[in-house]
Amino acid sequence: MAVEMSTREAYGKTLVELGKENENIVVLDADLSRSTNTQLFAKEFPERFFDCGIAEQNMMGIAAGLAASGKTVFASSFAVFASGRCYDQVRMSIAQPRQNVKIVASHGGISVGEDGCSHHSIEDLALYCSFPNFSVIVPADANETAHAVRIAAATYGPFYIRLSRPKTSVVFDDNYRFELGKAVTMRGGWDVTVIACGLMVHRALLAADALAKQGIELRVVNMSTLKPIDEEAIIGAANETGAILCVEEHLQHGGLGSTVAQVVAKHQPVPMSFLAIKDYYSPSGKPNELLERHGLTSEGIEKEVRALVGRKG
Amino acid sequence: MAKTLRRHIIRMTAKAGSGHPGGSLSAVEILTALFFNHLRYDPRNPRWTDRDRFVLSKGHAAPLLYSALAEAGYFATEELLTLRQLDSRLQGHADMTATPGVELSTGSLGQGLSFGIGIAIAARLDRRDYRVYVLVGDGECEEGQVWEAAMAAAHFKVDNIVAIIDRNQQQIDGWTYEIMNSEPLDEKWRSFGWHVIEVNGHDPAQILAALEEAKTVKGKPTAIIAHTTKGKGVSFMENNLEFHGRAPTADEAEQALKELE
Ligand SMILES: Cc1ncc(C[n+]2csc(CCOP(=O)(O)OP(=O)(O)O)c2C)c(N)n1
Repeated sequence: MAVEMSTREAYGKTLVELGKENENIVVLDADLSRSTNTQLFAKEFPERFFDCGIAEQNMMGIAAGLAASGKTVFASSFAVFASGRCYDQVRMSIAQPRQNVKIVASHGGISVGEDGCSHHSIEDLALYCSFPNFSVIVPADANETAHAVRIAAATYGPFYIRLSRPKTSVVFDDNYRFELGKAVTMRGGWDVTVIACGLMVHRALLAADALAKQGIELRVVNMSTLKPIDEEAIIGAANETGAILCVEEHLQHGGLGSTVAQVVAKHQPVPMSFLAIKDYYSPSGKPNELLERHGLTSEGIEKEVRALVGRKG
Repeated sequence: MAKTLRRHIIRMTAKAGSGHPGGSLSAVEILTALFFNHLRYDPRNPRWTDRDRFVLSKGHAAPLLYSALAEAGYFATEELLTLRQLDSRLQGHADMTATPGVELSTGSLGQGLSFGIGIAIAARLDRRDYRVYVLVGDGECEEGQVWEAAMAAAHFKVDNIVAIIDRNQQQIDGWTYEIMNSEPLDEKWRSFGWHVIEVNGHDPAQILAALEEAKTVKGKPTAIIAHTTKGKGVSFMENNLEFHGRAPTADEAEQALKELE
């Protein structure tokens, strides 16, 4: 696997493999197949691909109908349109009846960049985590994406998988095996735990390197499955490191941080901190400029970790 | 003026390194007709209560709207080159909180016409004579909300609203008739209770005549289906899907500007 690859590219390639292995897989898109990469599947299996046009609500209904008739359905668009635009259609037609639909959305977060706030997806994890019956995954790299997409195809029920626009540093080697609902400790440490998902995992690893030089041993946990959450890993981190920082490319409420905080509050209260997108709509800008503005950098993580060490008492 | 707007669109997207030139270029004559021959507005007072409203529902054509607003005097044309830069007033998609003269934040397709109906009804309630113009993409017409709005405008007998459909026959994944066929589009609007006028969307005289005709239609809304070419005016961008959402490189921009001399 390359050193850098976008998770949406890995998605397209995996879909083609799955299409060859399983005739039951049907793929839908809403006029963004060039960006989500479902076009790769469309080229190989035109008879099992349906471009629904610019009509996300309708697409989710069609997906539900196909799934109710025994198909394994993948439906893709940008994260912002695959969540808010069709929330009730997903709720009634997919979540409640527990249909076998895999919503794989590219362009999550603010690393979408220059397109601006209409295209930044900052509420999608809150929306999807709010649905009963859904599994919600934010893969850390292209490798994990390939695995997560395969697991979603093989596991009955609705999934939301959030991917990113930019290329992402690869953090998992080819031997990695994704397990639904299982966090992965990427780096051992005993002073503070960072729990991160998506693009933020690589940045947390960079922060761990820098902090090691300052004598702080940071544990880095990749929590790619937000729902169902790995309670055991969270409780373990709280017990063993005594402080937890959550880092995500999403609003502070409703995503990774809130979910982890509920587990910590219930089972093992320890000082916590949250690095997330601040509570406003971001402007256009380069992906890194925007992430920097919200402190979603390795330096930002370092700073928060040092502050948490001070609060551990 | 059309050429000037086209040159702005090329220069600003090239400088930004991203953006949507294709769907901006296709509607240049439409905005030229509106902003420089038809609309009532005051650039020194962007929120003037009696201004005619222009709503860009296909918000990705922001480079075109910004070019027209700058030439209309809302801000300096030099500012156009800040498109999409951090903290610029010129956001990637139209943003009413950032740019003077922008009536609605758009970029998520399908929502402009509903908003337009709201301001059109408000004019009636307040006994004001301003008119409302909404530019909608033909791909955008695939969104169900467009038809919910179409039904509502006719139902409420809103006759101070004009939907202008940029019928360039392209969207992102391909030709509109291949991706989601919406023909016969004129009959659809008519059957929803609209007065429909079809024009060559690159012919200023036809556009202006249609805008005048719309003023005379009472008791129902008017849809102007403007037949256009995506990427119009730059040979290698015309009907080229690639330039829906890709900016010209420096070399391409240079060639485009030569063609637009
Ligand atoms: C709700 C929503 N879905 C998808 C998109 C992504 N998108 C941006 S432009 C576009 C194609 C628009 O086609 P059309 O309305 O015909 O515009 P034009 O060809 O004139 O640029 C799409 C699918 C979006 N902006 N909003």
